Amino acid sequence: MEKLQSSFKNMALSLTIIAMVAAAALAGVYMLTLENINAQKKAKQEAAKLAVLNGQEGFAVETAVDGFGGQFRVMVGFDTEGNILGYEILEHQETPGLGSHMTHWFKNADKPGQNIIGRKAGALQVSKDGGDVDAITAATITSRAFLKAVNQAYADQFGVEAHTGASQLNKAEVDSVEVIEEENSAEQNNRALEGKEVIIEEETEVSHE
Amino acid sequence: MVYFLIFISAIFVNNIVLSQFLGICPFLGVSKKIDTAMGMSAAVIFVLTLSTVVTYLLQMLLVAWGLEFLQTILFILIIAALVQMIEIILKKISPSLYQALGVFLPLITTNCCILGVAILVANGTEKLPMGAEHGMLTGTLFAFATALGFGLALILFAGIREQLALAKVPEAMKGTPIALLTAGLLAMAFMGFSGVV
Amino acid sequence: MSDRMKVLTNGILKENPTFVLVLGMCPTLATTTSAINGMSMGLATMFVLICSNVVISLLKNLIPDKVRIPAFIVVIATFVTMVQLLMQAYLPAIYDVLGLFIPLIVVNCIVLGRAEAFAAKNSVGLSALDGIGMGLGFTLALTLLGAVRELLGTGACFGFHLFPDNYGALVFVLAPGAFIALAYLMVIINKIQKK
Repeated sequence: MEKLQSSFKNMALSLTIIAMVAAAALAGVYMLTLENINAQKKAKQEAAKLAVLNGQEGFAVETAVDGFGGQFRVMVGFDTEGNILGYEILEHQETPGLGSHMTHWFKNADKPGQNIIGRKAGALQVSKDGGDVDAITAATITSRAFLKAVNQAYADQFGVEAHTGASQLNKAEVDSVEVIEEENSAEQNNRALEGKEVIIEEETEVSHE
Repeated sequence: MVYFLIFISAIFVNNIVLSQFLGICPFLGVSKKIDTAMGMSAAVIFVLTLSTVVTYLLQMLLVAWGLEFLQTILFILIIAALVQMIEIILKKISPSLYQALGVFLPLITTNCCILGVAILVANGTEKLPMGAEHGMLTGTLFAFATALGFGLALILFAGIREQLALAKVPEAMKGTPIALLTAGLLAMAFMGFSGVV
Repeated sequence: MSDRMKVLTNGILKENPTFVLVLGMCPTLATTTSAINGMSMGLATMFVLICSNVVISLLKNLIPDKVRIPAFIVVIATFVTMVQLLMQAYLPAIYDVLGLFIPLIVVNCIVLGRAEAFAAKNSVGLSALDGIGMGLGFTLALTLLGAVRELLGTGACFGFHLFPDNYGALVFVLAPGAFIALAYLMVIINKIQKK
């Protein structure tokens, strides 16, 4: 067959036909896969629900927070009292090998310092912020965001205001700095130095992430 | 303040080339001289910002009509058409600017950071600092800042490669391997910014 | 070696898209955090490459020269979207990992490059072979790079832990390690070819 000449009619005709066939083919594949895509999404949701409830009665709550690498979504399971039954990370972009450890870090039954399963949510904080949950090594921001998500989920379900809500996290940080400054003026230098050391340590830790 | 943080985040912390791996081809391809690197950067800043705005508006139409599955095909066509249009307009209104950017424009269509950023912003999945809402304004700022980050990485890299051209390099490492190694070190330096925002 | 064999092996060895032509660097560096991820990306690209090569060589006489690039892009983007939809429907876990880099196959220079340099000039059969060869070359390169990064970074290979859990230089999973690992793989391949 002869190659078509680059006349205006030929060009317009061939492009239009190709575009139309392409659009039709895509619409076809879209229709074929639509049902399956929705089913997959639903199945994922159901599987997560089953996993976080651990076979018990309770609520599965979904929240989203800003982590280190962008927003991530968590599903947390609570029993009727508000104790954590389990959690699943539905979607995240945290650093592989660091922040991504959150998928299993906080449910490691061998390490009570970092395990949150069975604990009451609402005021969970990493030890660095005065709480008693061990943060993921070199991933403090992720850990902080994760606990915020868990507390938020608790607050959403049980109607109690979370102790570390989105805007409150920043406020809490500001508060602690203010406290140190007050100490600085009131107490002797020793204590102020201690406070400062704590801050410096935190900054270096954060930069490791 | 949040707008300022978008810039810090997109230029340094989440640099498009060195931590997101978009736009590597021009990063390796047009980084032998600082002059060409600057021309390419300017062209990318121009096209990336403009195409992100246009594709963001187009995405609104696609969502309204339920045609999201045509996103990839329409975005790449829009970007290709936009680049052609910019080329024609520049030729007419500013021949001097066309002289400076002209050669780089055709290369931009296949620069994956253009399509990549357009898709990220249109889907509302771009990495923004804490407290920033996804939207048209933040998306546009993000695109502009990302392009600046691309420019910074490219020009820095070109500067290093100009010096590298004078250095003695083992035979097997000449060309791409040593360039990649340099890029690796540069990426490591940029990792130092992580956690800033 | 027959002509067909030559076309097939060309992409795997002599003109390997990653190690020799240095094309499609973005997905190469971004998606090779593990061997499985690298392989999935390679296979997705291979599918697009074969389909677009076949269709473009079928249509080559129906597309006037002046509009061939937009026409090629439409064909490629169509197959990319198909991969995107099919993966979402049947391989959602892998789709989540590769994310943005699936639609970005459209701007992978290998695909458009082969359409322009090979499929637009050769028969359907040869174009398909070229797509398979190039796709395999790309897949092998990505799998190799992914395996190296996974092994150095986490001490595992294809998800199987070969070393204790905490072994590994994490930097190889992160961005700088991608550049460095690829650089040294290229050095090794250069050395071998020189011999």
